[in-house]
Amino acid sequence: MFYLSKIELKLKEFDEVNPTFEEIILMSSLYIHIPFCKQACHYCDFHFSTSLKHKDQLVEAIGKELSMRKNELPGAVENIYFGGGTPSLLSESDLTSIFETIYAHYEVVEYPEITLEANPDDLDISYLQMLSGTKVNRLSIGVQSFFEEDLKLMNRAHNAGEAESSILLAKQFFDNISIDLIYGIPEMSVERWQANLSKALELGIPHISSYALTVEPNTALKHFIDKEIIPPVDDDLAKLHFDILVDTLQNMGYENYEFSNFGKPGYFSQNNTAYWTGKFYLGIGPSAHSFVNSTRSWNINNNPKYIKALEAGELPAKREELSRTDRYNEYIMTRLRTQWGVDLKVVETEFGLNYAAYLMDHIQAFQQQGLLKLEGDILKVTGDGKFLSDGIASELFMLNLK
Amino acid sequence: MKNIRNFCIIAHIDHGKSTLADRLLDFTKSVTERERKEQLLDNMDLERERGITIKSHAIQMVYPYKGEDYVFNLIDTPGHVDFSYEVSRSIAACEGALLIVDAAQSIQAQTISNLYLALENDLEIIPVLNKVDLQSANPDEVTDDIVDLIGCKREDVIRASAKEGIGIEEILNAIVERVPAPKGDPEAPLRALVFDSVYNPFRGIETYFRVFDGSIKKGQSIKFVATGKNYSADEVGTLKLVQFPKKEIKAGDVGYLITGIKNAKEVKVGDTITDAENPTKNAVSGFEDVKPMVFAGIYPVETDEYEELRTAMEKLQLNDASLVFVPESSAALGFGFRCGFLGMLHLEIIQERLEREFDMTVITTVPNVSYNAYTLKDKDKPIIVSNPTDLPEPTYLDRVEEPFIKASIITKSEFVGPVMSLCIEKRGQITNQTYLTQDRVELSFDMPLAEIVFDFYDRLKTVSKGYASFDYSPIGMRKSKLVKVDVLLNGNTVDALSALLHVDNAYDIGKRICEKLKELIPRQQFDIPIQAAIGAKIIARETVKALRKDVTAKCYGGDISRKRKLLEKQKKGKKRMRQVGNVEIPQEAFMAVLKLND
Ligand SMILES: Nc1nc2c(ncn2[C@@H]2O[C@H](COP(=O)(O)OP(=O)(O)OP(=O)(O)O)[C@@H](O)[C@H]2O)c(=O)[nH]1
Ligand code: SF4
Ligand SMILES: [Mg+2]
Repeated sequence: MFYLSKIELKLKEFDEVNPTFEEIILMSSLYIHIPFCKQACHYCDFHFSTSLKHKDQLVEAIGKELSMRKNELPGAVENIYFGGGTPSLLSESDLTSIFETIYAHYEVVEYPEITLEANPDDLDISYLQMLSGTKVNRLSIGVQSFFEEDLKLMNRAHNAGEAESSILLAKQFFDNISIDLIYGIPEMSVERWQANLSKALELGIPHISSYALTVEPNTALKHFIDKEIIPPVDDDLAKLHFDILVDTLQNMGYENYEFSNFGKPGYFSQNNTAYWTGKFYLGIGPSAHSFVNSTRSWNINNNPKYIKALEAGELPAKREELSRTDRYNEYIMTRLRTQWGVDLKVVETEFGLNYAAYLMDHIQAFQQQGLLKLEGDILKVTGDGKFLSDGIASELFMLNLK
Repeated sequence: MKNIRNFCIIAHIDHGKSTLADRLLDFTKSVTERERKEQLLDNMDLERERGITIKSHAIQMVYPYKGEDYVFNLIDTPGHVDFSYEVSRSIAACEGALLIVDAAQSIQAQTISNLYLALENDLEIIPVLNKVDLQSANPDEVTDDIVDLIGCKREDVIRASAKEGIGIEEILNAIVERVPAPKGDPEAPLRALVFDSVYNPFRGIETYFRVFDGSIKKGQSIKFVATGKNYSADEVGTLKLVQFPKKEIKAGDVGYLITGIKNAKEVKVGDTITDAENPTKNAVSGFEDVKPMVFAGIYPVETDEYEELRTAMEKLQLNDASLVFVPESSAALGFGFRCGFLGMLHLEIIQERLEREFDMTVITTVPNVSYNAYTLKDKDKPIIVSNPTDLPEPTYLDRVEEPFIKASIITKSEFVGPVMSLCIEKRGQITNQTYLTQDRVELSFDMPLAEIVFDFYDRLKTVSKGYASFDYSPIGMRKSKLVKVDVLLNGNTVDALSALLHVDNAYDIGKRICEKLKELIPRQQFDIPIQAAIGAKIIARETVKALRKDVTAKCYGGDISRKRKLLEKQKKGKKRMRQVGNVEIPQEAFMAVLKLND
């Protein structure tokens, strides 16, 4: 794979405390999707069901998938991530059974990072106590905002009080905590956004994932905006919030190691890094995505069908082999989002001179506009370019001409 | 000859000509069960998809009547005004016409214009009231309308439903009884009318003709009168669903001819075929070179596909002789072609065929008509301007003339007001107003052809809630006060967006063009000012604000593929845009002026 280039590895100098690049790419991840939520957030188009009826069967099916796919990953598992949906709906016995299966079938490193996404309303003392007794050692809390107006608008299950109290409680049990914050919410003033950030900083959270509110098709949010019940999202406002976000957190010693992720040294999320750096991961559960060697695959996004297939001993997945062009496009797309950038040498050695020349050709206009910059052989988006990085990446794509 | 009947089916658009043709073919068992399909004669992909007839189609069938077999040559014609010349040539090939009138919609503009064409050619008219099966049909009133229009008897109007197969036998009988058998001198020198031609990639051009005098034999040496060229009749035959080669096609009959001609330009619809050695002295009258009415530039989206585009256009011209083009160049778009079309539908069809049959992505510039410009230096000699950028500078210009048309609109009386004000807004002058029936009015206008290019049909549809039909014919050039309105993007004039407009509405339209472009040009990484100008004077201005956000925050559960594909799609979308200076302009923007009211 392209990221195994020795040249690139030598060129990199990473933060001492964070894993080296070489370490990152040799790790494998397990992602486990828990497709249940208490209620549907207005903006969400993720895969979940609000009925917990099939939870036990699903946990069983996940166990089955884990054991069926035990030989797919080439390296040891260094990172396990429970995402959703709402993984904090899992009980102690659910978690224990999943961990047992993982440890029975997979080689797991000595100190893995094991994250569980949790919603604030689930994090009471007893749940946290239970969690801290399992192998989970990192929490990613879906705070989104510390303000009632925002939480209401998004139809979150928790309130502003729980947003804060869940963190205070969680800190008694966990050191490695991340929270999600959403910006660019209609009518969210700059002051309110700054207040959100101040709150997070005040609470001493070492990792923050922050996303612009996006209006996805077929969501309640889209419907309300179309019906003019909620004002539309405004890109100018989102950009303003993003600039404040980057400035504020960088000033406070967080690194913006990936477009939406900010971490204090030693606290970068391994799971997220996996996606953006081309590390292998197995995605278990309905709708989960996997990436191993040059194959991407994804499970069916329907709980009953998923359960049924696994009960019948089948893997309900579709797969796709990546072509050289696909890999090049993905390399550009993912790397431009990270602080590690696109390495021109890697492009040349992994994809060939044609790709390298094509890339050089297409970056010039962006360099002139101050949206891309070259630091040696490393191509990065500038501060101005960050908020346009998908568009820029797409311009640098090679198209598969049929 | 006495057992031949040549007839065409004429009507307003969508009144059911092609469907009726299906029923006639069924009833006479001219098609097998397996060959049967709806609007069978509409055999081009585009015709089938759009449900309209674009070309005339001829077919032969045999009908036994009172113990004798009759040979019917049927020509199905297109209803749309763009193809009216073709209809006129089909009519000239026949002795009779089935005039189809929709029992719900009654008489419409093309009903009248096609009827007059048929009467001019002394055709026997058989009025058919179609779609009597419809809930909304008004058979009695519409019969009255028809009787009023053509002065026939009520009993002459045949009630039919092409859909349900009602009245078919009656129509067939009427064809035998009422349409006269062809006359003509079988011994005279060959005299045949070309009424259509079709391009066959394997056999070259197939010419469809009607023999008036003499006969055409396989191997005969023949001559086309208008082009003056001689050929050998390699193959002749009659037109069934498949072609039937024959030794000879005699006076009165309809057939096809193959000569090895490869280029449609050599076969002109309306031309006369005669014997090369012993030519006829009186060619069939009424031949005209089809004149394009609307012009537009066609450019490849990728500049390096110019030669490919040329090849594609040449191939298209092989089977559509009404398409004309010459090379031109534009500062904004590079090399392309200025093309002439019969009308806006024709333009659309050509653009679609280029994409579909030749996989060419093209940009079509603002359509315009052809003007006569006179300079101060030579006030009598017109310069023909079919591209706005060719208009001489105002300081050299004496005057400009633009083509006018006589327009006929039939609408319900409740919409007369709005229709009139639309026509007046479009610089029309009312010349006549006739009540066809109590609540149906025919309005006649003289108006500039250019105005129907600009969003006229859509507006007419809107103001009349769909109850208006429209037909026109050219009536010559008239003096007019025109100015060239330029469009500047990011400070640079984009010549392909220039338009010639009447002084009185130049400001208003200039402003609306800017507004429309603002809607159509996607945000880019910088602000893009859009300006409309007459000469150096800016008359309108808008700005496309810079793109602020072009990144998705989250990547759901590692779904990198989906994200990659989305961005690939974004890039493909951009490939369909044209970069002018540093601004990306989508295709639709070049046609923006046509859709100002959307
Ligand atoms: N209900 C009903 N519909 C009909 C009848 N005849 C035709 N139609 C419908 O009317 C529409 C137009 O029919 P066509 O036969 O394509 O009309 P046309 O006159 O050939 O149209 P152009 O060639 O585009 O001018 C189609 O949807 C037909 O199915 C009829 O007798 N009854
Ligand atoms: S909790 Fe998360 S996954 Fe569930 S609906 Fe809300 S945003 Fe979507
Ligand atoms: Mg038709």
